[in-house]
Amino acid sequence: MTRSRLALWAVTLLVLVVAPLVFSKGFALSLLCQMGILVVFALSYNMLLGQTGLLSFGHAVYYGLGALFAIHVLNLNKVPTPFIPLVGGLAGLAFGLVFGYITTRRAGTTFAMITLGVGEMVAASSLMFPAFFGGEAGISGNRSQEPFFGLTFGPQIQVYYLIAAWLVICVVAMHALTRTPLGRMANAVRDNPERAQFVGYDPQRVRFLMVALSGFFAGVAGGLATLNYEIVSAESLSALTSGMVLLATFVGGVGFFAGPILGAIVITLMSTVLAGYTKAWPFYFGLLFLSTVLFVPGGLTGVVVLQKRLWDAGLLSRVAPVYVRMAVPGLVFVGGAVVAVEMAYRGVRLPGAWLGTFAAMAVGLLAARWLWRRESDRWAAALEALAGKAAP
Amino acid sequence: MTAALALTGVRKRFGATEIVRGVDLEVRAGERHAIIGPNGAGKSVLFNLITARFAPTEGKIALNGGEITGRKPHEINRLGLSRSFQVTNLFHRMTVFENVRCAVLWSLGHGYAFWKFVDRLRDANERAREIVERVGLAERAASPAGILSYAEQRALEIGITIAGDAKVILLDEPTAGMSRTETEAAVALIRKVTEGRTLVIVEHDMSVVFGLADRISVLVYGQVIATGTPAEIRANAAVREAYLGSAAHA
Repeated sequence: MTRSRLALWAVTLLVLVVAPLVFSKGFALSLLCQMGILVVFALSYNMLLGQTGLLSFGHAVYYGLGALFAIHVLNLNKVPTPFIPLVGGLAGLAFGLVFGYITTRRAGTTFAMITLGVGEMVAASSLMFPAFFGGEAGISGNRSQEPFFGLTFGPQIQVYYLIAAWLVICVVAMHALTRTPLGRMANAVRDNPERAQFVGYDPQRVRFLMVALSGFFAGVAGGLATLNYEIVSAESLSALTSGMVLLATFVGGVGFFAGPILGAIVITLMSTVLAGYTKAWPFYFGLLFLSTVLFVPGGLTGVVVLQKRLWDAGLLSRVAPVYVRMAVPGLVFVGGAVVAVEMAYRGVRLPGAWLGTFAAMAVGLLAARWLWRRESDRWAAALEALAGKAAP
Repeated sequence: MTAALALTGVRKRFGATEIVRGVDLEVRAGERHAIIGPNGAGKSVLFNLITARFAPTEGKIALNGGEITGRKPHEINRLGLSRSFQVTNLFHRMTVFENVRCAVLWSLGHGYAFWKFVDRLRDANERAREIVERVGLAERAASPAGILSYAEQRALEIGITIAGDAKVILLDEPTAGMSRTETEAAVALIRKVTEGRTLVIVEHDMSVVFGLADRISVLVYGQVIATGTPAEIRANAAVREAYLGSAAHA
């Protein structure tokens, strides 16, 4: 267990070091940088959603304010570039303390509502104070200052390794946090706040500390974005950004520490690579999110972990044929849906094409349903066998 | 000697109905005190008033001589009072061991620390392991609390309740819904783990009450109509009239 975990960390580290050497093209490199930033941001969000059970609609506030403070400090030319993310983190922490005090007075729906309110309030003040928030144009900066031990941080590759270094620090710190008394009590408060009270803990205080600390890491992510893009606009603290991190985290899987990492990678790929092929990518992302909520609440990581557990129990070979057989009608349906979406976006008006597409989708769907009636027993039996092995 | 728990003139109104109608109750330190009464007498409400789940409309509650009325649940817990719940109340996604470990952290002074690893807190881990063993769940230590059987969950509930080493323990119907054998095991467990502490217990099962309690208070319509030893309560005419008699008919 510990050894395999150690191996996982080592492989992750190796991938981080080697990735830019393999994907050295400008586009791929900036993609990796974006991923790194979103990974930190999404992990910080999951400190609330997955670990403390707090649904926040305003997490971009800490990210955006962190980025803003980072770019203002960057423009002072007083703090060496590698420490700019720390400035963002401290700003995120400070606002986490302030807003956390307000938002964590209540949990549940009330908390969600207040975070939405705080988010809108901060977004509105960006219009009122354009000097600080940058107005329509945003605030630009220049990341290459005085060389820091020979590094100017002008070339993207240097920024990549800086982001990778902060990524490792943040991931290790956030992972460590889950194994501290506070981290465990956050889980306890998530599961049962009343019980937490009756073992001596104030759930409000636990939530407050988690919001403040998660604000710190969101702020670091904002500081990294500052260095990566060299511009910060009001959009970085908007509800749009808050929504994006929520979706990324949920699609990845809130129940696992690594979930948001996977979610961040997927959403970055969709918003860049997929966006290069089709304007409809947000639509696909919406569909992905909907399917996750409806069919796999454990997220993509949940799906992966389930396969791993089936594999470990020697049951994967039993369900693999189900996958293969279901894939055929499934692909017909999904393919048809993709064609339909693309035709809609391109304004195709040929009745024959639409009819054919809908026919293909219908055939795929009906075939999948018919097949599932025959296959579902095998699937259910495998899951039951797995549950039997898990609980001796 | 000051009482472990003292209620003076405690009343609780929900809207127009008064559920608890002026209760005076004294629980002596170290005794096992049962509160009995027919359904709807206000026993669970009384527990919820003592532990600040609800605020009393009137009256005072004192723990070891110090007033706790108006305090928050976690503050009362820190003062040395712990409770279990009638409906099982666990951290259902965490393992049995982690449930108990969460319950020992505060009393061992680990507070809200985020600079030390729980796995390395020797005192917390040892104490949690010892308690998991004492409540007979050692083999289930690594199972998520949510998948335990009912009787196991009740045992875990008791484990969490005693984990923080509180001197005053409140148990709300700990044997409700259990079979005869399970009840006997639970009573033995309660007797063992509350050794040297003050126990207040709400219970429907009369064999449990008369076997376990040093003293009994009878609550009828939100008022204590009698307090005394099991023998005295058995002999009390008012109690027979109001409670035991009607229970025999039911």
